Amino acid sequence: MLNPFAKADTVDSISGPPSQFDYGWDRTFQFLALAGAWMILILVVFILWEIGGQALPAMRDYGLSFITSTTWDANKSQFGILPQIWGTLYSSILALLIGGFFGIAVAIFLTQDFLQPSLAAVFRTIVELLAAIPSVVYGLWGIYVVIPALRPLANWLHETLGWIPLFGTSLSGPGMMPAAIVLAIMILPTITAISQDALRLVPYKIKEAAYGMGTTHWEAILKVIVPTASAGIFGALVLGFGRALGETMALAMLIGNSNQISLSLFSPANTLASLLASSFPEAGQTEIKALMYAAMVLLAITLLVNLMGTAIMTYTSKKFEGKK
Amino acid sequence: MNEPSTAVDFATRIELPKLEKSFFVGRALSSSLLTIGVWVAAILASVPLFSVLYMLIVRGGARLNLELFTELPPAGFELGGGIGNAIVGTLVMVGIATLISVPVGILAGVYLADLGPDTKVASAARFLAKTLTGLPSILAGVFIYAAVVLAMGGYSAIAGGIALAVTMLPTVVLTAEEAMKMVPQKMKDAAYGMGCTRTQVIWKIVLPTGLPGILTGVMLAVAGAAGNSAPLLFTALFSNYWLHSLREPTASLSILIYNFSGMPFDNQIELAWAASLVLVLIVLVFSILSRIIGRPKV
Repeated sequence: MLNPFAKADTVDSISGPPSQFDYGWDRTFQFLALAGAWMILILVVFILWEIGGQALPAMRDYGLSFITSTTWDANKSQFGILPQIWGTLYSSILALLIGGFFGIAVAIFLTQDFLQPSLAAVFRTIVELLAAIPSVVYGLWGIYVVIPALRPLANWLHETLGWIPLFGTSLSGPGMMPAAIVLAIMILPTITAISQDALRLVPYKIKEAAYGMGTTHWEAILKVIVPTASAGIFGALVLGFGRALGETMALAMLIGNSNQISLSLFSPANTLASLLASSFPEAGQTEIKALMYAAMVLLAITLLVNLMGTAIMTYTSKKFEGKK
Repeated sequence: MNEPSTAVDFATRIELPKLEKSFFVGRALSSSLLTIGVWVAAILASVPLFSVLYMLIVRGGARLNLELFTELPPAGFELGGGIGNAIVGTLVMVGIATLISVPVGILAGVYLADLGPDTKVASAARFLAKTLTGLPSILAGVFIYAAVVLAMGGYSAIAGGIALAVTMLPTVVLTAEEAMKMVPQKMKDAAYGMGCTRTQVIWKIVLPTGLPGILTGVMLAVAGAAGNSAPLLFTALFSNYWLHSLREPTASLSILIYNFSGMPFDNQIELAWAASLVLVLIVLVFSILSRIIGRPKV
């Protein structure tokens, strides 16, 4: 029989203090993890440093006139990106109008008890799958589906309402509107996903209070729930705008790569990202420098927009913390 | 005035409040209209997905045969041909990107979630990682062009893989952090109570418990990288031949689609659709894997 009062040190034990190796590995691993976190900081600095460094010669050569002049001609070494900046902003704003409207509508649809949970899950999957389709595939689809589908309507609008600058040209092939539509589809999942999170953060009590005061379903949504979630929805729109600004391949395939400033929805245009995509692979030394400057401008614009979006998101998630 | 003789008379004389709800009057009407509107919006928003899938199956499916996977892309007026080298190139470069971004991303995630969640480094890294998710992927390409292509003296699969790794890293870091934050403090405390070092707790408790969430993030990042083309445009470029070395220009599915979509030859356009189908299938496989792994266990 085992003696219950036997001394502990007489029993074989598998436990013991950490070995020298355990201590060493502990130190090493903690250091590696810290290094991993630092890698992100270093990466951002390195990105700014590399692109900024490459852009510096062109910045010195062309100065601010680079941003305000309108010709891009590698043969004459004349470089200006005003049409591209215009095209980037114009296409992104159009996409934001379309994608924002549909994105927020879908987010409300999915979160405000319009559907049984199972059906809502199906719609949510559809929206998530929209995000999984690669940009080039959207570009190809835009060329062979959106442009032909849009052309009759666009040309009819041009013929009957051609005096409005928006419809000032006909749609011959690639152009602003097909690009903006495809861009809207591409940013819709981002806007929907973030808006859904914002709408879900609204405390249930607030909704019940609104119903208790006799509001209809939509009065509660439009006057109480959406305003409460407005900061988060605004953040979603800003981040969606940021995505639209930097989107490259689909736009390079659909916008027509024509360096002009036009209000018309149907005329070809260009964006900073598609300028980089279409000119970079074949550019000579001087043009590469100018393209680096253009990349720097794009980086500055998108960083600004994304920093704003991230800051808004951080602020709103803090606002509702612990109020559920 | 006569006394009412029946109950029916009462009902006709006294105004009873109308309690049933009408969907077509006043405020209820606008509510109904908005409900219809939001249904229409949701259905319209799902049309593109079905249109894309329909086109992929009809136009891409037509060329889906063995030749597609074993042959090289055709030049100019040539007929036939396949996209074999582009499939290999995409898989190789996504593999390189995964090898780079996953270890670094998980290490950073460990630090953000467990080792120093409230330190200044962690909050800065978290904020910058969120900002990096919004970095236009073409700028990752420009950055790697300046940092790697110029240094190595040419376009290569390695440069393409590193560029994709830059786009994957933020997703891996942020999802790994989220997954490891979900590990209950009690489990960690139990391990510490038994005398584990922090590293032992991370390896034996935090990483295994958070593994499904971490893998979900990795799969999502892989799916995104496989479909991403902008970073490859001027890092890996394109090649019409099989991959022989990691230090030479490399074909990828997405660049093949981009190049072929603008060509005036029917054969190339058919191949672009077939390549799109293959690419979407690859992306979907990883997306679905991420969902299966990440599904909450009962």
